Amino acid sequence: MMSKLELKEDKMLEVQFVGDDDVLNHILDREGGAKLKKERAQLLVNTKKIIKKPEYDLEEDDQEVLKDQNYVDVLGRDIQESLKNGSAADGGNKVYSFQNRKHSEKMAKLASELAKTPRKNVSFSLKNDPEIMINIPQCSKGHSASDKVQLKNSDKSEFLSTAPSGLRKRLIVPRSHSDSESEYSASNSEDDDGVAQEYEEDTNEVILSQKIPSQNRAISAPICKETPSKKMKRDKTSDLVEEYFEAHSSSKVLTSDRTLQKLKRAKLDQQTLRNLLSKVSPSFSAELKQLNQQYEQLFYKWMLQLRLGFNIVLYGLGSKRDLLERFRTTVLQDSIHVVINGFFPGISVKSILNSITEEALDHAGTFRSVLDQLDWIVNRLKEDSSLELFLLIHNLDSQMLRGDKSQQIIGQLSSLHNIYLIASIDHLNAPLMWDHAKQSLYNWLWYETTTYSPYTEETSYENSLLVKQSGSLPLSSLTHVLRSLTPNARGIFRLLIKYQLDNQDNPSYLGFSFQDFYQQCREAFLVNSDLTLRAQLTEFRDHKLLRTKKGTDGVEYLLIPVDNGTLSDFLEKEEEES
Amino acid sequence: MATSSVSKGCFVFKPNFKKRKISVPVEDYFNKGKNESEDSKLRYETYHLIWQQMKSETEQLQEELNKNLFDSLTEFLQKSYSGFQKNSRDWGCQIKLREIPTAALILGVNVTDHDLTFRSLTEALQNNVTPYVVSLQAKDCPDIKHFLQKLASQLMDCCVDEESKEGSIQVAQKKTHCSMDSLSSWYMNVTQKTDSKMPRKKRTSTSQWQSPPVVLILKDMESFTTKVLQDFIIISSQHLHEFPLILIFGIATSPIIIHRLLPHAVSSLLCIELFQSLSCKEHLTTVLDKLLLTTQFPFKLSEKVLQILTNIFLYHDFSIQNFIKGLQLSLLEHFYSQPLSVLCCNLPEAKRRINFLSDNQCENIRRLPSFRRYVEKQASEKQVALLTNERFLKIRELYCTCLEKNIRDSEEYVSALQLLRMLAKDDLMTILQKCFQVFKSSSEKQLGSTAKRIEEFLAQFQSLDEAKEEEDTSGSQSKGLQKTDLYHLQKSLLEMKELRRTSKKQTRFEVLREKVVNFIDSLVREYLLPPETQPLHEVVYFSAAHTLREHLNAAPRIALHTALNNPYYYLKNEALKSEEGCIPNVAPDICIAYKLHLECSRLINLVDWSEAFATVVTAAEKMDANSITSEERNEIIHARFIRAVSELELLGFIKPTKQKTDHVARLTWGGC
Repeated sequence: MMSKLELKEDKMLEVQFVGDDDVLNHILDREGGAKLKKERAQLLVNTKKIIKKPEYDLEEDDQEVLKDQNYVDVLGRDIQESLKNGSAADGGNKVYSFQNRKHSEKMAKLASELAKTPRKNVSFSLKNDPEIMINIPQCSKGHSASDKVQLKNSDKSEFLSTAPSGLRKRLIVPRSHSDSESEYSASNSEDDDGVAQEYEEDTNEVILSQKIPSQNRAISAPICKETPSKKMKRDKTSDLVEEYFEAHSSSKVLTSDRTLQKLKRAKLDQQTLRNLLSKVSPSFSAELKQLNQQYEQLFYKWMLQLRLGFNIVLYGLGSKRDLLERFRTTVLQDSIHVVINGFFPGISVKSILNSITEEALDHAGTFRSVLDQLDWIVNRLKEDSSLELFLLIHNLDSQMLRGDKSQQIIGQLSSLHNIYLIASIDHLNAPLMWDHAKQSLYNWLWYETTTYSPYTEETSYENSLLVKQSGSLPLSSLTHVLRSLTPNARGIFRLLIKYQLDNQDNPSYLGFSFQDFYQQCREAFLVNSDLTLRAQLTEFRDHKLLRTKKGTDGVEYLLIPVDNGTLSDFLEKEEEES
Repeated sequence: MATSSVSKGCFVFKPNFKKRKISVPVEDYFNKGKNESEDSKLRYETYHLIWQQMKSETEQLQEELNKNLFDSLTEFLQKSYSGFQKNSRDWGCQIKLREIPTAALILGVNVTDHDLTFRSLTEALQNNVTPYVVSLQAKDCPDIKHFLQKLASQLMDCCVDEESKEGSIQVAQKKTHCSMDSLSSWYMNVTQKTDSKMPRKKRTSTSQWQSPPVVLILKDMESFTTKVLQDFIIISSQHLHEFPLILIFGIATSPIIIHRLLPHAVSSLLCIELFQSLSCKEHLTTVLDKLLLTTQFPFKLSEKVLQILTNIFLYHDFSIQNFIKGLQLSLLEHFYSQPLSVLCCNLPEAKRRINFLSDNQCENIRRLPSFRRYVEKQASEKQVALLTNERFLKIRELYCTCLEKNIRDSEEYVSALQLLRMLAKDDLMTILQKCFQVFKSSSEKQLGSTAKRIEEFLAQFQSLDEAKEEEDTSGSQSKGLQKTDLYHLQKSLLEMKELRRTSKKQTRFEVLREKVVNFIDSLVREYLLPPETQPLHEVVYFSAAHTLREHLNAAPRIALHTALNNPYYYLKNEALKSEEGCIPNVAPDICIAYKLHLECSRLINLVDWSEAFATVVTAAEKMDANSITSEERNEIIHARFIRAVSELELLGFIKPTKQKTDHVARLTWGGC
């Protein structure tokens, strides 16, 4: 030991092993714990003490609680000394909190509430509004700790929400014991209990108004529910984790059945969408301008840092395309640079490398593989160190580029000392693309540039949800094509449509197997042989009315690649006509 | 030229040839876009100088640290290779010949640092053992064919480097099919050729054998597919007599992985020896020692910054590379943002620069908070003098830098002090002796008297020759203290004092030790004040911890969440001000759509969503209904909704689903 000590004698700072607790602590801090105050931790501990009191004397549980308390103490400590993290100001804890299941009508209610009080800050908490609660008693199903986290913005639960689920579970252990034999397992927030109560006593105004506060409920709640029923157990999810799995199990989600079809406004095409949006006058333009100016001041700093071997990645809400474009026009005019639109659906690493080799480096030859090409670029740039190349990648995290191989190659490119990469990312989970190895290749410096600009260009290529997709067949063309067919062919197609519509609720529906289809067609006297049917199907396929897929068992399945709404409309129309 | 098109995604811009030649020097970016551009050139140069020094220092350090490992590896390679040479007919040797000598190199989890290690390892091996050193990565070798191809091509590249570049024929060979047979015949060829080529002259250490072994480094052994590894080992063991292969496995986890990847039948073909690299923690400690806790580099990190860097290291990656990157960034930020950093250089140079300080710079100094505080403490007439007389200022400035140096000087003693508390007599004495040496060597006059005192203590110790056996207890007590740093030192010292008081019977040795420690403690208190209390600490200390954290360890998810949830944070418009958890209905469309979608469960009905959105937005708009028809207004709102939804899709909050018509699926669970 002595020799070891001597070895260390002139070391000032020791690196030491850290336990899980500290790591947790640190993570908490990292995830925007900046806002958390020590008192919050205190609060949590206090409630724990209250919970601990009740009459049951299970020592192990007490022990457990004590342990939890320590754990919580650890979690709470040191948090206030965390450093200012600009983006975390809103309390990043909420980011990772759990969500509860909500009734579908809630959204509309919330909207109407918002609409009722224009120009005023409206709390999104529906639960503060007793009337609504009465109207939809089945809502109670979902109210749980997390709900409170979001809506009541209680300090305490903010903490709860960040704690790992294991801890949460442990925290509730004592209380579930208080219910002795009953199978009912208590839910983990006083709020929930409040709801439970409310359910029991059938929408009682008094209790509802009590509901809005506070921690004290924790004491009263366990006493109140002596006669929990089985039904209630189902109604109230006992644990957030279970809740999660319940929500994500295969069971149906309750949403309204309304479809856009019935709505007058159907999908718009890209052009009309643009025209319409151009009429909207942007709000907060002064503030947005200020934000942008703030970022523009960084341009030279970015250049400096790029030149010194870092690469820059921009993140934050809003399109960063304009910003990068301005960066390009202000500082990059005199150097070779490549702008890469990651959001372009046809982009690939191959095309990026091609434009580097062919256009930027004037190389005429072709390459056998992407890796060869990469090697060539690397060698070329190593040979000629006066050669400098700037890469601007909009949406490095796009569908086409987010693959592991693409990222590896771009990372390798960016690690060259005379390639400078400045990129933007938008996707929520974009940083997951990079493991440690890739991150060290990229050598990122992160810059937050929240612009709030609309992602006009980025979403214009995307086959967006509500934008009319040119690939799918609208009703009119469907009718048009079928008009030109023989009655038998129409009959065949109708058979297929009907079968598909019958199976539309079947999630495992693969398609109509060819043999069965042939059988049915024969029975309907539509075809007389396998061959005629196949010929007919080929014609459908040519008109993009049919797709065939081989199942795992080798059977051929037939599918109409048109959405079911259009198909049923088509059938209705056909019936009207005939 | 526009950068958007429906037919391509890459746009290359090349300036005119003439223009391109004027490449802007890097330092120009240092002052551009900033108001105070004083001395920026000088500052950049200083930055560059210090960074270069630091970099070479770390590289040297790395080399030194790896030296032991590399030496033992080289020794192993040479030893195992001599087995190949002795072509004895002895049966034991025959058996051994079937075993591939293998070095399992355990490198730790900091994968990002491995590359550097392997690079220098390759270099070291090429210099000392064999020209044929090949390293492969798992991602290049999805199957045995690629494995062999890569191996062959790299091997031949090694050879091309050796011989004068005549090997363009080999490029063609690269593409051809490779097998172990072709490899070994190639190897025969090459070794015979080199033998004939350099008969006696070039018999340096490089080619001390007629046929040098081929060293194959598998950089990330864990990620190789089992089958590839197994096949390769079996095949090459068959060819071992004609193709002397030595394997080096780079292992990040633990040596057990070898047996997990290879069945016994295969691993028995290997003759494995383990090598352990220095742990990254030790490595970091040395780096800290050599870069930050010395007087060599004037640049210092403040407590917070250091904490952030070590935290990133400890909690995120264990990567020295990243730590050094953080150091570089803080160095850059310091010189970039602090105009007075021009004085952050070695002492004589700083003295020189002080003499050239401009009025403006002096003003800057006056503005520093630490200087203000310092001035306020002085007598009033002095204050006036300080603020008016420039010459006076310069002298103070100089003194200040000296003071800084003192702190640094004595910092080295602090670690000794820590240990003193726990050490037995013998150690204490040696340490004291060392301290004495250091004190003596330092020319600072303030420290002169301390040296004398230490000498006295030493004499006292010598007289105290009866052995006191309490050492063990005190040793164990203080073990926990080992792991503190400079900033926790004061605290721990106090703790120690209390500990002392509780222990009753003190031997003479302990009394004396107590004295020494107290003395050193007072020394520390005098000289080791926290840097923040020193005037002009801003010159050498970098303290903008949050910028560092923002750029190195960003939290994009939180930023996104904040922007969606609380637009007021970014857009400072009163209309957007709201309580937590609420959002005003005039907020940007995407925020409203986001808020509404939070109310939904796994699936969201687009119609409902759209209607809810329309309700909110219509209410927010106090639009004069006369100007546009309500139908058109609805259209526009619908368009805005579409935009918001597709933006949320782009951001990854929702995705289209086929589970139900006109529904989207939520991709996040919870508030985000």
